[in-house]
Amino acid sequence: MIQYLFHRLLQGGLVLLALFTLSFFLCRLLPGGPYQSEKAIPEHVKQKMMEQDGYHLPVHQQYLRRLSGVVRGDLGLSIRLSGRPVNDVIAQSFPVSFQLGLVSMMLASLIGVPAGVISAWKKNSAVDFGVMAVAMLGLCLPSFVIGPILAETMGRSWQWFPVMGWNGADPSTWVLPMVTLGLVYAAYLARLTRAGMLDTLSQDFVRTAHAKGVPMHRILIKHCLRGGLVPAAAYIGPAFAGIISGSLVIESVFQVPGLGRHFVKAIETNDVNVIMGIALLYGGLVVLGNIVSDLLILWLNPRARTLSS
Amino acid sequence: MKTSIELQQGNSLRKDAIMRLRKNRAAVAGFFCLMTIAFLCIVLPFTPWLADPNAQSLVHKNLAPSTQHWFGTDHLGRDLFSRVFYGGRISIAVAMLTTFVAVCIGVSYGAIAGYARERVDATMMRVVDVLYGLPFLVVVILLGKVLERMTSQWSEWLVEALTSDHATTEKINEVRTAVEPLVTMVPLFLAIGALSWLTISRIVRAQVQSVKKLEFVEAARSLGLSHRVILFRHILPNCVGPIIVYTTLTIPGVMLFEAVLSFLGLGLKPPNSSWGVLIKEGSDMMLTNAWLLFFPSLFFSLTLLSLNFLGDGLRDAFDPKSSKD
Amino acid sequence: MIGSSMILVRYMGIAILSLLILACQKETQVERGNREKILIVGNGGDPKSLDQHLVTGVIESKVIGTLFEGLVGDDAQSDTAMPGALWSDGAPVTAEDFAFAYHRMLHPDMAAPYVEMLYFIKNAEAYNRGEITDFSQVGVKVIDPFTLQITLREPVPYLPGVTRHYTWFPVPKHVVLRHGKMAQRFTAWSEPGNIVGNGAFVLERWKWNDHILVKKNPRYWNASEVQLEGVKFLPIENFYTETRAFLAGQLHTTYQIPPDLVEKMSREYPQYLRQEPYVGTRFMRFNCTRPGLDQAKVRQALSLAFDRDELCATVMQGFEACTSYTPKMGDYSPAQVLRFDPAKARQLLAEAGYPGGKGFPRYAILMGSGGTRSTVEAIQEMWKKHLNILVDVRMMDQASYIEAQQKLDFDMALAGWIGDYLDPTTFLMMWTKGNGNNNTGWFSKSYEAMLQKAAQQTDPSKRLEIFEKAEALLMEQMPILPFAWQARNYLHHPSAKGWHPLLLDNHPFSQVRLEPTKVEP
Repeated sequence: MIQYLFHRLLQGGLVLLALFTLSFFLCRLLPGGPYQSEKAIPEHVKQKMMEQDGYHLPVHQQYLRRLSGVVRGDLGLSIRLSGRPVNDVIAQSFPVSFQLGLVSMMLASLIGVPAGVISAWKKNSAVDFGVMAVAMLGLCLPSFVIGPILAETMGRSWQWFPVMGWNGADPSTWVLPMVTLGLVYAAYLARLTRAGMLDTLSQDFVRTAHAKGVPMHRILIKHCLRGGLVPAAAYIGPAFAGIISGSLVIESVFQVPGLGRHFVKAIETNDVNVIMGIALLYGGLVVLGNIVSDLLILWLNPRARTLSS
Repeated sequence: MKTSIELQQGNSLRKDAIMRLRKNRAAVAGFFCLMTIAFLCIVLPFTPWLADPNAQSLVHKNLAPSTQHWFGTDHLGRDLFSRVFYGGRISIAVAMLTTFVAVCIGVSYGAIAGYARERVDATMMRVVDVLYGLPFLVVVILLGKVLERMTSQWSEWLVEALTSDHATTEKINEVRTAVEPLVTMVPLFLAIGALSWLTISRIVRAQVQSVKKLEFVEAARSLGLSHRVILFRHILPNCVGPIIVYTTLTIPGVMLFEAVLSFLGLGLKPPNSSWGVLIKEGSDMMLTNAWLLFFPSLFFSLTLLSLNFLGDGLRDAFDPKSSKD
Repeated sequence: MIGSSMILVRYMGIAILSLLILACQKETQVERGNREKILIVGNGGDPKSLDQHLVTGVIESKVIGTLFEGLVGDDAQSDTAMPGALWSDGAPVTAEDFAFAYHRMLHPDMAAPYVEMLYFIKNAEAYNRGEITDFSQVGVKVIDPFTLQITLREPVPYLPGVTRHYTWFPVPKHVVLRHGKMAQRFTAWSEPGNIVGNGAFVLERWKWNDHILVKKNPRYWNASEVQLEGVKFLPIENFYTETRAFLAGQLHTTYQIPPDLVEKMSREYPQYLRQEPYVGTRFMRFNCTRPGLDQAKVRQALSLAFDRDELCATVMQGFEACTSYTPKMGDYSPAQVLRFDPAKARQLLAEAGYPGGKGFPRYAILMGSGGTRSTVEAIQEMWKKHLNILVDVRMMDQASYIEAQQKLDFDMALAGWIGDYLDPTTFLMMWTKGNGNNNTGWFSKSYEAMLQKAAQQTDPSKRLEIFEKAEALLMEQMPILPFAWQARNYLHHPSAKGWHPLLLDNHPFSQVRLEPTKVEP
């Protein structure tokens, strides 16, 4: 087990190196360069800026410079934000995205998994269709529709929650972004759980248990839930990495100071170090998320367990 | 001999499946709803009943739904009814195409990884990890750049091929208007499909791993069947549930991504519309002209719900285990 | 398992209920701001930095304007710093700080993007380009601690307006040097906790993408007159969100209403709506090197077939249909030449060789992610209807869009310009040959000669007359097609008093006061 983890983490390091290299060169291909501004900057000033920031060096030298920086834990400076360290950008925004992502994922699991189990249990009944139709809400209406609707109703008209803004210490500011973000993932989890549960429910041991007179809710929870969660578990690794590294739409609709907007703006202005920094963070989270999700699958699915031993 | 038996079984399985599908009322309803929408989107634009979706009229701007304009008009006086169906054509085409590519790649990749030896599997999945981490938007912007050059050339060729040498400017313009959106959109979305198979492959791999230890796979192996036959004829059919479900989950994502692209300055060019674009624009007008949000969302949601219920029905129908019921 | 999840659900229920109760009793942010005398302002985005030598934007100017203050004298040759004024750390503000600021900004190593704002000073450009290395040759001279002598390149009658821009503000020499060398680009002197200013407010807190809070500066020379205890800037980029937040009582004044909400606001919330002119123009660049578009007649035809009133009534509500390029400012009144005349447009197009739009090349309008879909859709329709020509749209991400314009890799491009100060030069100078903001491939010797002549003219009204002639030439040649003048459409809570319309929108927060005011719904 420890050896398995060690291997996975080692592979993770290689993944990040590959990711760094690939995204570095991809970013260099982006048109425009980081010194574009709506009001033109005089050419000699632009030249000077490039010199000062090391953009005049040959690409491979820049790559090595950045790589050695990253290895030492220094993600470089943001050009768009006038030389602010990317480490600071991430240190300020990531906790917010993490907090929002965590509560949203919890909400999504609390809605999605039970909904999936119930509708698998009551398969093809009115209950199934009803539960699924509700769980699908987050898919049928995109978050740039749900968000404003929630903000207009619960926020502005009924004054239950603030319509925008974020305060890590005040849960009332979390509610609307959490619900909007959570509903999307709840829909995915509900659908995947339902499919997984149906797969397990049709297996022989369930029939046996049924014949033995084991009550249905026991079969569902005790015998099937583990196997039934496999597809959801495979999905949740990267999804979790995605949800905690920020969402542009949610951050824009509810004015949440997360990572998503930094990322998109960095892309729009070719702020390479910020793009790279956030991509590396996200890559690291994907690696971790996938390790956790693979462990989860092993734990949920005893048959696959023999594989890794 | 062996193959003929399999073939026969295959046929009866399919017949069984269709029988089962027919009994599933939600799936049937979903199927008909989907077919109706698809039919309307494909056929209506060729009929005279649909107004020009891009014709603007100041006199008719911001009209609420009425007998004349069933879904109302937008702030430029365009008829929303025809915009919804013209837009649906593009959205459905884009979503089907992208999802098809993504599912093909994702299923084969995930299946092979799940079935292969541990070392191969690990390598394959780490490649997936790298691709996950790549800044998707950067890749799409770069793709857009590369494809812009190519597609503008392709559409020039197509226009030349479709018009005679003496064609008037009007005729050429007409052909170009028809050809261009497709020629520019299709390659971009093929490419996006080729990038969005990652989650599917993870799901399929997990499922294959759990199925490949089952008794019947051992049996097949001891019969001396080739890996390919075991994987694609025996294991994969047992994973069809999550595949179908995730496929139906991918479609809305693609449709909306198209809208996001349009607002980043890529994707569908004005004045053409798609459901994603209509919903995005409608969501801004939520407070002033609610119908601009309501009708595109209605069709979008109906399509997705039908797709999902149909998908569930298919899943049940093709589930090899359920034949024992 | 079931039991535990039930308990969880119950806890969630209780938590949500108690949240609801708490939420209902709270006073709104605006009420709280009125009580605490903190003005809450929507600022459209986060500043890129508060170091005035590193930024170029309008968003930055709002915050920097509360922290710093510029020269006080209005004399073009010699300006005085206010005697007795102090930095917020207690050190005196001296002429040396001003000279240091200009030296720092002009230093080639600083690579200040907005350095052109200082080129009015004699030899400043040469020093910045590295052609001379001795700063004493630049026209900035400290006479005594409170007198600074500035020698200009040419007479600049609008200098007082220019020096109100943040590029002309002083920086605290002792603080800048404490955190690095003079011309070091990225130092921590302007970070919260380090920054020291001479304005009415001091920086208290800056949480990125969340808020900036500035508090009253007790050492400000006019502190007794400052009514506010502080200003809170919210960097809201989504203007729908901002409008919603205002109506929910979360801010005193917004940055901008989305155009499609302007009509609704004027109908339902006239007590909040403010509509004021603003020195900015939206226009379309023509690439005058493209065959077809290189004919002034074609460009004129496109302009005459452009129904500006319709555009401002449908998709650009709140903007003003423009009659020339430079917006109204002071005594400057360019001839009102832009009009809608489709018959004349068709005639010109025929004269240019495209009768009835026949054979007209298919151009594309370039737009960045900042442009709106419906604007180009309306334009496409106008030209189709009135000239029988089709134009495409080419959409790009913002960086590529800017690059394509600079490389003249476009046919037509949507663009905009916002004046830096109240003088026509800020709009007219950019259309000279080789100017980085020209990007049309158009230039004219006689146009540049006129600008030269105006620069030497000392009589203000004659000077403006020459500019009017130059602008008439520009509109005749039409390398750009202006279509709308920018306006400020925003919501403002009546309890924030002392907030007057300003063409440059640079409201002096030191003169604003908060008096709780009941608003009739």
